[in-house]
Amino acid sequence: MQTLVDQVKDAYLARRMLQIRGGGSKDWYGNAAQGSVIDVSGHSGIVEYAPAELVLTAKAGTRLAEIETVLAANNQMLSFEPPHYGDSATLGGTLACGFSGARRPYSGSARDAVLGVQILDGRGDLLNFGGKVIKNVAGYDISRLTVGALGTLGIILQASVKVVPRPAATVTLQYELDQAASIVRMNELAGQPLPLTAAAWINGVLSLRLEGNAAAVLAAQAKLGGDILDHAADFWLAAREHTAPFFAGETPLWRLSVPPTVPPLDLPGKQAVTWGGAQRWLKSATPAASIYAAAARIGGHAALYRGARPQTGVFHALPAAVMALHRRLKTQFDPHGILNRGRLYSDF
Amino acid sequence: MIADSVIRDLRALLPSAAVLTADEDTAVYESDGLSAYRCRPGAVVLPETETQVIAILRLCHAAGVPVIARGSGTGLSGGALPREDSVLLGLAKLNKILHLDPLARSARVQPGVRNLAISGEAAAYGLYYAPDPSSQIACSIGGNVAENSGGVHCLKYGLTVHNVLGVRAVTIDGEILQLGGDCLDSPGYDLLALLHGSEGMLAVITEITVKLLPKPEHAQVILAAFDSVETAGAAVGAIIAGGILPAGLEMMDRPAIHAAEAFIHANYPLDAAAILLVEVDGTTEEMAEDLRCVHDILAANGATSARTAVDDTERLRFWAGRKNAFPAVGRLSPDYYCMDGTIPRRALPAVLYGIEVLSEEYGLRVANVFHAGDGNLHPLILYDANIPGELHKTEQLGARILELCVQYGGTITGEHGVGMEKIDQMCVQFRALELAAFHGIKAAFDPAGLLNPGKAVPTLQRCAELGAMHVHAGQLSHPHLPRF
Repeated sequence: MQTLVDQVKDAYLARRMLQIRGGGSKDWYGNAAQGSVIDVSGHSGIVEYAPAELVLTAKAGTRLAEIETVLAANNQMLSFEPPHYGDSATLGGTLACGFSGARRPYSGSARDAVLGVQILDGRGDLLNFGGKVIKNVAGYDISRLTVGALGTLGIILQASVKVVPRPAATVTLQYELDQAASIVRMNELAGQPLPLTAAAWINGVLSLRLEGNAAAVLAAQAKLGGDILDHAADFWLAAREHTAPFFAGETPLWRLSVPPTVPPLDLPGKQAVTWGGAQRWLKSATPAASIYAAAARIGGHAALYRGARPQTGVFHALPAAVMALHRRLKTQFDPHGILNRGRLYSDF
Repeated sequence: MIADSVIRDLRALLPSAAVLTADEDTAVYESDGLSAYRCRPGAVVLPETETQVIAILRLCHAAGVPVIARGSGTGLSGGALPREDSVLLGLAKLNKILHLDPLARSARVQPGVRNLAISGEAAAYGLYYAPDPSSQIACSIGGNVAENSGGVHCLKYGLTVHNVLGVRAVTIDGEILQLGGDCLDSPGYDLLALLHGSEGMLAVITEITVKLLPKPEHAQVILAAFDSVETAGAAVGAIIAGGILPAGLEMMDRPAIHAAEAFIHANYPLDAAAILLVEVDGTTEEMAEDLRCVHDILAANGATSARTAVDDTERLRFWAGRKNAFPAVGRLSPDYYCMDGTIPRRALPAVLYGIEVLSEEYGLRVANVFHAGDGNLHPLILYDANIPGELHKTEQLGARILELCVQYGGTITGEHGVGMEKIDQMCVQFRALELAAFHGIKAAFDPAGLLNPGKAVPTLQRCAELGAMHVHAGQLSHPHLPRF
C-alpha cells in the first residue's frame, strides 16, 4: 500500500496524471482516461468477514470471484449481484463503476451495499469514511459518493459491504410475451408481495426469478404459472455478463436508465429490458445525439456502454448547475486533477 | 440578531403570517426534539412554495444571513437548533403529496409531508413507505432525508437513502438541483446519496421521490427471553448466520424490560436479563417457514422461553412495549437522555458491560434498547435536570458511551445525526484529514457556510482545543489497558 501512496504523492507533486487499473476487466467502460497506469490489483485480500455481522471488508484488488466463493461457503452473497465482465474483475473496480445486476431493483445497488471505504485522494492522503456497521450517519456519506465515480475522487483501496443470506430456493418462470406487455407485467408484479428478485425481457421472452424460502417460492410459482426454465442460473449469468446472443455483434450497445414503466423506446435497433423495466439495453447504430435526446424525453439518461467512443464522451451530459458542483467536488478531492482524468467527463 | 432591513425584505417576499419575529412566536422554534439545547432564532419564515424558498435563500445569501432548515422538529441531535443571527426556515407548510404512481411504485412529495402520511396514502394500492423512525407519526420526510433516518426495519428494508429515488433541492444561492428522479440511478456522482444525512448543510430539499414497497401479506413476532445479554446477543448472530433476515430484531435489557412492562403491560418476562423481539414477514407460507426456523435457532441458542404472539392484538402489544420504551423509561425518572451509537453486533456484551461500569462511575442509571439487527444501540440515561450539574454529568456519560462505541469499531451516531449534540465526538471518530474532506464537501455546495453553520462537522480548531483522542475503529493505542 505504501507504494501506492508514494506513487500518488509523487504524481501529485509532479502534476502527473494517473489512470487507475485493477483487474483491467472494465477498461472499455466510460471514456478513456489520461496518464500512466497505477496498478491496484496487487492490493488484495479479504480483511475481515464475520458471517453473523453480514459485513465483508476487502482490499480493492480482491477478485470478485474470490469474494463470491467465500460468501457462498457461508451461504451468503453480495446483495447487488454485480456483473464481472471477466475473471479478473475486482471489488474496487466494480464499486468504482457502480455496477449492479438483476437483483438491483429488489435488493439494492452497489452503492446501497457499501458501508465504508478507504480511499487515496489526489494528494496521496489516505482517508477513511463510513465504517463496518449498517447504520451510520456520522459525517457526509463520502463512501457512497465514491461508488460510480470511476476513480475520479480517489482510488478506492478498501471497502466494507453489507452482504445477505443466500436464498434457500430459486425458480425462474418464462412467458412468451411482447415487450410492452412484459414491461407492464414486471411492474404490476413488483407491486405485489412476491419473492421477486429479477425480471427481464430478452428476445421476446419475459423471465421472472423468484427466490426465498422454499415454501414462499413454491406458493408464488403456483400463483404465477408459466414455464419453468431449466439451467436458470446460466440464463441469468449470460444476461448479466452480456454473453447472451442479444449482446453479440459490433453494433454499439447503449444502456438507458429510465422510469420503470415507460413503454418500449421509440428508437431504431433491438431492445432488451432488465431491472424490472428500469434498465433498457439498446443495440443501435443511431447517432448518439438522438439516443440522449430520446432518453431525456422519457425522464431517463443514456450511456454508450460498448462501441467506438464519440468525441463528446459516452455519458449523458449533466445540467450546468450539477456539472459545476461536480467540478468543485473534484477539486476538493483531487486538486491537480490527476486521477482518471477524462474517464467520467472530458473536462475533469 | 438579524438586521431590520433583512426582516423587511423577508416581509416583502412572504405573506405577513409567514414571517415571525416576536419572542412569543419564535419561542416555539427554539429547540428541536433535543430540548436541552435552546436558542431563539432571529426570525422564522414559513414558505408555502418552492419559489418562496428560492427567494428566501437568495435574500439570505446576499445578506450573509445563516439559514437553518427545519421539518417537524422531532430530531434528537439539535440539528435544527437555531442561532440568534439566523433565519429558521420552517418547511412544514410544504406538505403536499404531489403524485403517487402505483404501477411505478413511487410517490413525489413535498418535504413537510409526514413520514406516516405517505404510507397512509399508498395503502389503497397495497403499498407503503418502508423506513419507520419511531417519530414517524410526526416527523417529516424532508427531515428523514436530512438525517438519513432509520427505524426498526432497517436490516431488511434499508435506511432512508435506500428508499429515495430522487430529490429536488435548492442551494444557498438559489440554484435548483434535480438529483435522481424516477430512475434507479443518475449520471455522474451520486449526489443523491451525499444529500442523505447531510443535516441541512448542503442544500434545502423542496421535493422528494420515494420508493414504495408492496405491503407484506403478514407479519408475526416472537418474544424470546434470555438469562444473560451475552446469550441473547449470540442468538441474534445465530439467527442471521442461519440465513434469516428478520424484518425486525430488537433487544431490551432488564431495566428497559421493567420500565416497559410497568407502563404498557406487554406481558414481558420480568425475570429475564434480556428479551428479543423477532419479527418475520411475508406470505403465509414464507412466514410459517421462517417462524419455524427462528424457533429452532432460539431453542438451540439458550432462550429460556420463546413464543409467537397468539394473535394480532398480542403482536401489537409486544411491539407497543418496545416502541414505548423511551416514554416508559421517562416515567422512572424526571428526565432521560437518549444516546444513539452503533456497534458491530458481536461487541454487544462488552459494550453493555462497559456502559454498566460507566453508569456506576457517574452514579446515573442507564436502560438499553438495541436495534439488534443493525447494531444500533440506544442507551437511555436517567437524570434529573433540576439537580444542578446533573445534565452536564449526563452529557459527559453520554460522550463516554459514544467513545466506547467507536473503540469497539462502531460509530457515534446510527440514525439521530450529529447535529450540535455529538459534534465533539466527531473529533474522536475522525482524523483531521477526514474532517477536512467534510469541510471540502460543504465548501463545494455552500462556500460562504450559511446553511446550518456549525453543525455536524467540527472545525479542526475545536477538536484541537478539546484535545480529543481519535480512536480508529478497534485500534487502541494501548490495547492491554482496560477501558470501558
